[in-house]
Amino acid sequence: MRVSVEAVDQVFLHLKQWLLSFLVGHVPDWVVQVASSLLNIGTVLGVFLTLFALISVLERKILGRMQNRYGPNRVGPCGLFQPVADGIKMLIKEDIVPDRADKVVHFLAPILIAAAAILALGVIPYGRNMTPFVIDGGILFFFAVGSTTELAVFMAGWGSNNKFSLLGAMRAIAQMISYELPLIITVLPVVMVVGSLNPDKIVFAQKYYYFGFLPHWFVLTPWGATAFILFFVSGLVESNRTPFDVPEGESEIVAGHMTEYSGFKYATFFMAEYLGMFAVSGLAVTLFLGGWHAPLPWLRFIPSFVWFFAKLSVLLFVFIWIRGTLPRIRVDQMMNLAWKFMLPMAFTCLVSAAVWYYNGRRVAGWLWSFAIIAVVYVILSLFLDTRRKFAPRTYRFAE
Amino acid sequence: MNTAAFALIAIFTITFALAAATNPRLMHAALSFAVMYIGIAAFFFLLGAEFVGLVQVFVYVGAVAVLIVFTILLTRRDVGERHEFKWGGVAVAIAVFVGLVWAILKTTSIAVAPPVAKALTVKQVGEALMVSYVWPLLCVGVLLTAALIGALILVMEDKPS
Repeated sequence: MRVSVEAVDQVFLHLKQWLLSFLVGHVPDWVVQVASSLLNIGTVLGVFLTLFALISVLERKILGRMQNRYGPNRVGPCGLFQPVADGIKMLIKEDIVPDRADKVVHFLAPILIAAAAILALGVIPYGRNMTPFVIDGGILFFFAVGSTTELAVFMAGWGSNNKFSLLGAMRAIAQMISYELPLIITVLPVVMVVGSLNPDKIVFAQKYYYFGFLPHWFVLTPWGATAFILFFVSGLVESNRTPFDVPEGESEIVAGHMTEYSGFKYATFFMAEYLGMFAVSGLAVTLFLGGWHAPLPWLRFIPSFVWFFAKLSVLLFVFIWIRGTLPRIRVDQMMNLAWKFMLPMAFTCLVSAAVWYYNGRRVAGWLWSFAIIAVVYVILSLFLDTRRKFAPRTYRFAE
Repeated sequence: MNTAAFALIAIFTITFALAAATNPRLMHAALSFAVMYIGIAAFFFLLGAEFVGLVQVFVYVGAVAVLIVFTILLTRRDVGERHEFKWGGVAVAIAVFVGLVWAILKTTSIAVAPPVAKALTVKQVGEALMVSYVWPLLCVGVLLTAALIGALILVMEDKPS
């Protein structure tokens, strides 16, 4: 029996319909709808929690490789069962709540932070017809949900009643608010060119190929490449990854807003951080890297979800690679980067995308948009005078 | 189905609104306030206005609630203490409520049967903002820029001469 490409591509969809077919006719329609939603939610949770377990061990292996050591290699083959051991350890640890803590807020913060990260994963198209939660303003939903994370981080910092926690939460919120601006503004050119906030439509807009082999991905345009880099850096900050892990800088403020959390609550924070990383990478794939489309037309026989997760894995590897390469930067350097460099560059992307669009996506438009970005970049680098920025810090004290 | 959803959301929203008004602990009141905004966003979703609902969450929970929380934290020394319920606030709330009811009852447009609302897409919102209401939008933009510059001037340090 010959299995068609189409059938393999839609295998999960057919599986879901087959599972639901047991219900149809026996129960009211709304039960079927609820069951369908629950299946979607269950799949997203299952896939991403497995990916979380996998990436937590892979990250340690890759970091070990980069730092000339072995990394975990005791539990299971090549240390692959390390997450199971970690999970059991986290579960049986004592859950300590500080005596003077604000108990309710302290308890709710990790739940809220994990919920926000999981909700954000819901609007990303993982393959052809494989968006768990289809909504017209999907991109807006992503950021609306993401913006509640700030409140959750604050709750963690405040509820712990600890000065390290509060300081860490302050730092986290300051950097999240600062970098939310470039993160959202770099999404705008894509939304503008496609004319929709719907992630599925954005993926569909990238399905053609130039000259029959060069994909229509937005990352291959000058504004798209710039926006992608800015988006990725902002994503690093939003998920508190090195080199922007100032809020949990262990040499300065213990573990930031997570200082007073132990056992499974700490694991929840850890999980939310990774899920946030998956969500931001998934959105980057959707917006700039063509979503689930194949990079070359003759590779289209490989199912769409395989392409999505391949691209996601590449981005996650870059996350880990950066963590193994760069040291943590200072708070003031980070703020300077956000407001003086990232924000003007993000606005430039917007202008450049408009020029590209109104030139009819031809070579002239490509060159013009490249020229705009290059000119602004050169002016900014002259104007900001990086030599002065990297001089020793001048300290100021309160009188 | 819709009535039940409305009732549930209404109870949720009013509970948290009351919690925000009466909770003696300032920070809990502020956080209840943020949760209440999610209830209001749920109302917009129920009405089919996805965009407005999402913007409600984005602006009020993501920005305004954080602003309120920070304001409390940076300006008050007695955050942890319990605050008594102030009856003056009730008077102000009742005055605002009466004013709103009066204004709503006076409008003539409510008496007419509402037109059948079509599903509002983001594109339509964009067109309305950039074509029909572009001048109000620009005015708001100028106002916000002025406020931003004003805030910067307020916090700017005097250069030591």
